Amino acid sequence: MNPFRAIGAGLLALLRSAGAVALFAGQALAALVRPPYFGGQLVQQIFKIGFLSLPVVGLTALFTGAALALNIYTGGSRFNAESFVPNIVAMGIVRELGPVIAALMLAGRVSSGIAAEIGAMRATEQIDALHTLATDPMRYLIAPRVLAGVLVLPILVATADIIGIYGGYLVSVHTLDFNPTIYVRNTWDFLSDWDIISGLIKAAVFGFILTLMGCYHGYYAQGGAQGVGRAATNAVVAAAVLIFAANFLLTSLFV
Amino acid sequence: MTERVKIAWKNVTVGFDGRKPVLKGLNLEAHEGRSLVVIGGSGTGKSVTLKTALGLIRPQSGSVEIDGEAVRPGHENDPGVAQIGMLFQSGALFDSLPVWKNVAFRLLHAEHVSEDEARTRALEALDQVDLDAHVADQRPGSLSGGMLKRAALARAIVARPKILFFDEPTTGLDPVTADVINKLIVRQVKNLGATAVSITHDMVSMRHIADDVAMIKDGQTLWRGSLDGVESCAHDEVCRFVRGESSED
Repeated sequence: MNPFRAIGAGLLALLRSAGAVALFAGQALAALVRPPYFGGQLVQQIFKIGFLSLPVVGLTALFTGAALALNIYTGGSRFNAESFVPNIVAMGIVRELGPVIAALMLAGRVSSGIAAEIGAMRATEQIDALHTLATDPMRYLIAPRVLAGVLVLPILVATADIIGIYGGYLVSVHTLDFNPTIYVRNTWDFLSDWDIISGLIKAAVFGFILTLMGCYHGYYAQGGAQGVGRAATNAVVAAAVLIFAANFLLTSLFV
Repeated sequence: MTERVKIAWKNVTVGFDGRKPVLKGLNLEAHEGRSLVVIGGSGTGKSVTLKTALGLIRPQSGSVEIDGEAVRPGHENDPGVAQIGMLFQSGALFDSLPVWKNVAFRLLHAEHVSEDEARTRALEALDQVDLDAHVADQRPGSLSGGMLKRAALARAIVARPKILFFDEPTTGLDPVTADVINKLIVRQVKNLGATAVSITHDMVSMRHIADDVAMIKDGQTLWRGSLDGVESCAHDEVCRFVRGESSED
C-alpha cells in the first residue's frame, strides 16, 4: 500500500474518531441540561465513582507524597536546599500529582468499569430496550455518569491532596528529622489559593474526560464479549492519553 | 372488509458501513389488530425490519410509518415509541434493577407514575404472565430462561401498548416453555387488541401466534399472506421454508 495513502487513511480515521467523540460529548452535555433528570442514577454513580474510589486514591496519594518527599530531599541535599521539601511536596501534589494520579487511578477503575457495564448493556440489547421504553439512554445512562465524574473528582483530588501532603509529612518528620511544626507551617504558608483551585479545576476536567471515555467506548461497543473487553481497554487508554494532554494544556494556561 | 394499515414499511433500504444493503426497498404492511409473523432465513433482514419500526435503525431511503406518520429515529416524540411494547430475544431486562422495577420502568421513568401505583401495576402484569409476586423483588440474573421471557413480556404489556413486537420469542426455550410463551403472547395480544409483529425461526411458534405471515428474502418481501396461505402452500418457496426443506432436496 502507498505509504501516503496509509498515512492519509490513518489521519482520516483519527479525525472521524475525534468528530464522533466530540459529537457524543455534545449529546452528553445537552442531556445534562435538559429534563428529565435521573437523580437516583446520579446519586448511585457518585457513590460508585467517588466513595468506592476513596481507598485506592488515598493509598496512591499517601505513597506518592512519601516518595516525592524522599526524592526532593535527595535532590535538594545536593545544593543545600533540603528545607524546601514541604514547599515542593505541597505544590507538586496540589498542582500536579494529586489531580493526575487520582485521575489515572480512576481511569483504570472507573473508565473501564463504565465501558464494560454499558458495553454489556449494548451487547444484551438493554440500550435498545431503553429506547423502546421511551427513555433516552443519553439522559438515563450517560449524563448521570459524566456529571458524577465532574462533581466527584474535585472532592477525591482534594482528599488525595491532603493525604499526599500527609505522606510527605510522615516521611519528612519520622525519617528525615524535620520539625513537625515548621513542616506544617511551611506547607500552609507556601500554598496559594490558586494552587489549590487550579488543581481542582483540572480534577473536574479529568472527571469529565474519564467518564466520557468510558461511556463513549461502552456505548459503541460491538462484537459481544470480545467487544466489551476491547471497549474497556480502549476507554482506559484513551482516558489516560487525554488526561495527560489536558493536563499539559491546563498547566500551560494556569502557570 | 379492508383492514386498516397500522405499520407500513415503504420502499425501505438499509445498509451498514458501505456493505451490501440488508434491506433493499422492502415493502410490507401490518394490519391493525392482527398478528403478523415475519419469517425468513438467517441474515435476510428480519431483525433490521423490526428495528426500523422501533426507530433503532434509520433507513437510507424509504420510510416506516405508524398510523400514517413516519417513524423518526432518535426523536423524542417518535409516534411509534409512545405506543409500543417490545419483547427482545434475550429479554433485555436491566440487571441492576429488581424484576418489578424492570416491568414498571416505563411507568416510572416515562409516564412518571408514583412508585406505589407502578409497583401495583407491575405486579398485575406479572400475574397476567403467570409469574408469582415473589419474583417481583428478585434480580433478573436469578430467573430461569422461561421466567425471564415472561418478565420481559410483562414489561412489554404493562403500559397497555397498541403495538407489540416480538423478536424470536421462543428461541432458547424448551418446547413446553415455548408453548407457554406462545399461549401467553396470543392471550396478551388478544386482551390488548394490539397489532403484533413477530420475527421467528420457530415454525411451531409461527402457527400459534400468526394471523398473517410474511417471508423476507434478500432484503425484500418474497410473499405475504394469511396463515392459511402458508398451510395450503400458496407459495412454493415459503412452503419449503416452513417445512424446513433446503432447495437441494
